[in-house]
Amino acid sequence: MAVKVLIPTPLRNLTNNQAEVLAEGGTIAELITNLSNSYNGLRDRLVDENGKIRRFVNIYLNEEDIRFLQGETTVLKAGDQISIVPAIAGGK
Amino acid sequence: MSYVKALKCRECGQEYEKAAKYVCEFCFGPLEAAYDYDKIKKDMTREKIASRPLNIWRYRELLPVEGDKYNTLQEGYTPLIRADRLGALLGLKNLYIKNDCANPTHSFKDRVVAVASTRALELGFDTLACASTGNLANAVAAYGARAGLKRYVFIPSDLEKGKIIGALVYDPNLIAVNGNYDDVNRLCSEIAGKYKWAFVNINMRPYYAEGSKTLAFETAEQLGWQAPDQVVVPVASGSLLTKIWKGTQEMIKVGLISQKKMRVFGAQAAGCSPVTTAYKAKVDTFRPVKPNTIAKSLAIGNPADGYYALKTIAESNGGAEMATDPEIIEGIKLLAQTEGIFAETAGGVTIACLKKLAAAGALDRDAVTVAYITGTGLKTQEAVADHLREVKVIQPNLEAFEASQSTPVSSVS
Repeated sequence: MAVKVLIPTPLRNLTNNQAEVLAEGGTIAELITNLSNSYNGLRDRLVDENGKIRRFVNIYLNEEDIRFLQGETTVLKAGDQISIVPAIAGGK
Repeated sequence: MSYVKALKCRECGQEYEKAAKYVCEFCFGPLEAAYDYDKIKKDMTREKIASRPLNIWRYRELLPVEGDKYNTLQEGYTPLIRADRLGALLGLKNLYIKNDCANPTHSFKDRVVAVASTRALELGFDTLACASTGNLANAVAAYGARAGLKRYVFIPSDLEKGKIIGALVYDPNLIAVNGNYDDVNRLCSEIAGKYKWAFVNINMRPYYAEGSKTLAFETAEQLGWQAPDQVVVPVASGSLLTKIWKGTQEMIKVGLISQKKMRVFGAQAAGCSPVTTAYKAKVDTFRPVKPNTIAKSLAIGNPADGYYALKTIAESNGGAEMATDPEIIEGIKLLAQTEGIFAETAGGVTIACLKKLAAAGALDRDAVTVAYITGTGLKTQEAVADHLREVKVIQPNLEAFEASQSTPVSSVS
């Protein structure tokens, strides 16, 4: 089952400049593994050496930050949309 | 002439050209302007600064623009007021208020937008955009109008009326989003990837954020070229606090002020306190929260610079506090009634936290203390409207006036 993943500008050089890609995965962690298999180098940008999602990477499932869900173990279903967003923006 | 060498990743040090880029392609860390401090040290003197107009551009060597054509409304050089009446109440002997309500659109956001819009013009953009909790919306709408730029302004749909009108009057494309600021921000990050706009707090962030340093520069200049001993700063994304620290360190580095150990304290609303909560729990990473506070301009549950704010607080041996909604309202009233400054809810947070920090002994009572008031209360009137005295309406005669007073009024005759 494939879900749609929105790719931020800084990562598009790894996805042949595609802003959206499809990827398989039952959970966020599986999705990241599968994405990384399709697009070389993506894994290192998203997770650190201990396999944790990097501090400056936000991942959203259908507009909700996965840290409010079950993090990397959050379960995905058909029709879901994932957005990867650099954690840089904001007010004061 | 530019003193910026490149944009540089704060995490891994990778350098980039001075374009509209904000995130490191290697580690996703934030990019920041990297200056030639040796050159600045030679060129930037107190005398030169003093000879320039009273606005943020008097510190232009430490601002990330290339030329000398500024998109300005004369922002900055706002009053630094000695606050003896408030200080006496809180037990602080050397308290000052930096009143940034006195900016063209009545908040400190004019500083950052003046810099971001100037840089956007230099880079050839024709559209200025932002994700905003209100004050930034006003500044982007106004400064974009002044520069003749198209403007797209995204806000949470539940903003205060004063902030919506304060943006709409400049006629930007104002888009209210069903959701909180973090939702707006995420949407804007996606939009920024699609359109070639200058998003001041996204792809222009390395330039934009530097504008906040001017608060530190002015404070030091207004104190007779010395840094304060301790500062209390409202925290939303954490950028302002981090940049006040950075600006102070830069002034030391280029020889404008002497070395000083300044302590930095963060102020958050209890209904949105990821940074203060992490500080109190003694951890260096925060957990995002869903905001629920009347201090909407501080309602960022997933602060972009939260990590750096925590680091700055630790490095400066400072601290962090939080204020509940009733304490925020009390804070607004306290500042207004002792010093004559009507602050927005974020200012209420700052004053309430200042009070708590002083009461707890976290602040040195003899030290030079500066509290930053970043926006005007006229934009968030809803917060205090039901907590003030009622207006008495009388007939236009002397008896009616005297009857309306609960205590006798002393007369001159």
